[in-house]
Amino acid sequence: MKDSATIAKSGKETKTPNTSSAVQGQTVRVSGSIAVLEAFIAEEVDTIFGYPGGAIMPIYDALYDYQHKLNHILVRHEQGAIHAAQGYARASGKVGVVFATSGPGATNLVTGLADAMIDSTPVVCITGQVFAHLLGTDAFQETDVINITTPVTKWNYQVTDATEIPEVLAKAFYIARSGRPGPVLIDITKNAQLQQFDFAGYKRCAYVRSYRPKPIVRQEYIAQAAAMINEAKRPFILFGQGVILGKAEKEFREFVEKSGIPAAATIMGLSALPSDHPLHVGMLGMHGNYGPNLLTNECDVLIAVGMRFDDRVTGRLDKYAKQAKVIHLDIDPAEIDKNVKTTVPVWGDCKETLPLLTSLIDQKVYPQWLQRFKDCMQEEEKACINAELNPTTEQMTMGEVIRELNDLTGGNAIIVTDVGQHQMVACRYAKFKQSKSNITSGGLGTMGFALPAAIGAKLGAPDRTVIAIIGDGGFQMTIQELGTIMQSEIDVKLLILNNQFLGMVRQWQQLFHDKRYSFVNITSPDFVQVAKGYGIAGKSIAAREELRSALSTMLQHKGAYLLEVMVGKENNVFPMVPQGCSVSEIRLR
Amino acid sequence: MSFTNNNIQYSPAEAGGGGKQEYTITVYTENHIGLLNRIAILFSRRKINVESLNTSPSEVEGIHRFTIVINEVEDVVRKLVRQIEKQVEVLKAYYNTTDEIVWQELALYKVPTDEIAEKVKVERLLREFGARAVVIRKDYTVFETTGHREETDKLVQVLEPYGLIEFVRSARVAIIKASSGFHEKLKEFERTAPGAEVKENEFLGKQDEVFTM
Repeated sequence: MKDSATIAKSGKETKTPNTSSAVQGQTVRVSGSIAVLEAFIAEEVDTIFGYPGGAIMPIYDALYDYQHKLNHILVRHEQGAIHAAQGYARASGKVGVVFATSGPGATNLVTGLADAMIDSTPVVCITGQVFAHLLGTDAFQETDVINITTPVTKWNYQVTDATEIPEVLAKAFYIARSGRPGPVLIDITKNAQLQQFDFAGYKRCAYVRSYRPKPIVRQEYIAQAAAMINEAKRPFILFGQGVILGKAEKEFREFVEKSGIPAAATIMGLSALPSDHPLHVGMLGMHGNYGPNLLTNECDVLIAVGMRFDDRVTGRLDKYAKQAKVIHLDIDPAEIDKNVKTTVPVWGDCKETLPLLTSLIDQKVYPQWLQRFKDCMQEEEKACINAELNPTTEQMTMGEVIRELNDLTGGNAIIVTDVGQHQMVACRYAKFKQSKSNITSGGLGTMGFALPAAIGAKLGAPDRTVIAIIGDGGFQMTIQELGTIMQSEIDVKLLILNNQFLGMVRQWQQLFHDKRYSFVNITSPDFVQVAKGYGIAGKSIAAREELRSALSTMLQHKGAYLLEVMVGKENNVFPMVPQGCSVSEIRLR
Repeated sequence: MSFTNNNIQYSPAEAGGGGKQEYTITVYTENHIGLLNRIAILFSRRKINVESLNTSPSEVEGIHRFTIVINEVEDVVRKLVRQIEKQVEVLKAYYNTTDEIVWQELALYKVPTDEIAEKVKVERLLREFGARAVVIRKDYTVFETTGHREETDKLVQVLEPYGLIEFVRSARVAIIKASSGFHEKLKEFERTAPGAEVKENEFLGKQDEVFTM
């Protein structure tokens, strides 16, 4: 035990211990902070998003000597850290990692935790906490982080003793990434970060006795589902993020192609199947495509893969697919029958269940049924898509910006969207060639998500072009992260679609509240000047003639670039399933 | 163009189909700090009132058992139990109607000793209710009974005129009639993968000894 001997002699800890001797069955004396960083290395973490503060200083001190192994991105606000970690996780398929201090640092994570929880994003957050002996004394920057975050974490745990750290972190990573992924928060008191203990090496966790990440696949349900699919006349597939999280894109595509069944994506499922796939019939939901919504109420078998029947997808539940038999493939047993009654539940990881199902179904085509979707699409094009993508209005539309962008990127970019009208337009019209290309705040609808998430996405997928499409409202919610882009030189393209309104709320006020525009009229700073202040190049355009060249300049620019496009102030997103209506009551205008 | 928003209808009486009734939820969990809150908030999030809650170590070391009583419709209870079981530290959760369980609550009654000593009627009442004396002191006596809610409530009413000083009742404990087999499973479970020890905060109350800022 050379290391500990050295430590004992010098009376001073070596900063980066040779932990390889720990792997060989011996122990090394290290601090809790070093144990945290060693855990990260063992878990193949390469990037941390964080912000230091009093209660996490020992970890940051240890990090000083780990900079060559761990890339720490200093954000401007902890909300930015967690959204960046989410973007990183969604673009890379790996676990996003966050550091924050106690008190306000930890509470600033809550929105991102809620977002990651509802969108099943694997994130591990480490928060500093006051010394264990101060817990419950209203100490400086003490908050009860564990209890605040319990409803918005898949699992959380408070460490007060350094000896717990290796095992707890192993559990944290395992729980975050396995089964239905989700956020995990580990709160570590300052004394545990400082405490020296005998580190016996890091063992990754593969089992927690009370936790079943995936249910056992039941062959009889697979057989029942296959029989139902084989007898169907008008089957319809709905797919969600489960396909992406399960890394089952290939298995899903094989299932779709053999079955010949038209498939529509939830907003979170977009890019799991290429947009131009002949059986991809569009997007579901309140602002989804006409056919997928309308024909949900005409299909005879509905096959839901890795999606959870959110109310924005189903509309009015008592009029949702009542005529159809429902097959639901999901890894989370609690999702079965939660919103829509299932005829056959196919529990399990879709990477396992889809191939089993594919092997039992007949190779088929449904030309007439598929034609119905095409007819609907034509109708939708006439009623609203053409006017959105090729407008004759003087002012630009959001849709035409996305159309030009598709043209220039060829559908190869990662599109990160914020929340609101621009999000719906981007998700409706953006083309995706490969998986993990659509990153948006789906379930929580977190304005301010896109800017930090794009930073994370770029770091998670450095070889890809990352374009954040953001409204003028949402951009101002996390605008401070421009500082992160500047400091860490993140090559993200920021495309602001500015309609000078909080557009989605304005649309609802127009449609449902007699045009009483209550506090939706938002003014913005000169975004290009703001960007310039951060050393980020940019341009603002209002004329259609400039659009293509401006987009092309943005894409070709080396490094971050901000492009603001002024669009029509009172444009609406259509089609729309008004709240409280059935999906078949979708309106085209 | 205008949309009317009159599609939104809500009639609580109709929601959920079947009527509300009493359900007893049994949950086997790890013995971990914070788990009580994690389970409790699943109820409060849905604005469901918990009528009774008992948590205690089960017959198998390292595994705790919760018994929770709520009034709800079955559909809600089924979904709720799935959400409980989904929690990482929960081993298993069940729900049962009242006729599927055998249940008891324990009640303690404190009454002035002289009242009981003097009044023959009180003695007879206590016998009728099967109450046992736990403590007898000069000034007061503590009785206990076990039974269903109505029975223990009844004795409160009966003792009230005789100077009942204090009353307390435990949460419900319940045995599921059709639970054979789970006991063995639990023991097997603990044998093959023993639970982790609970790590408590050993530093509270040691402010003076240990740390500085």
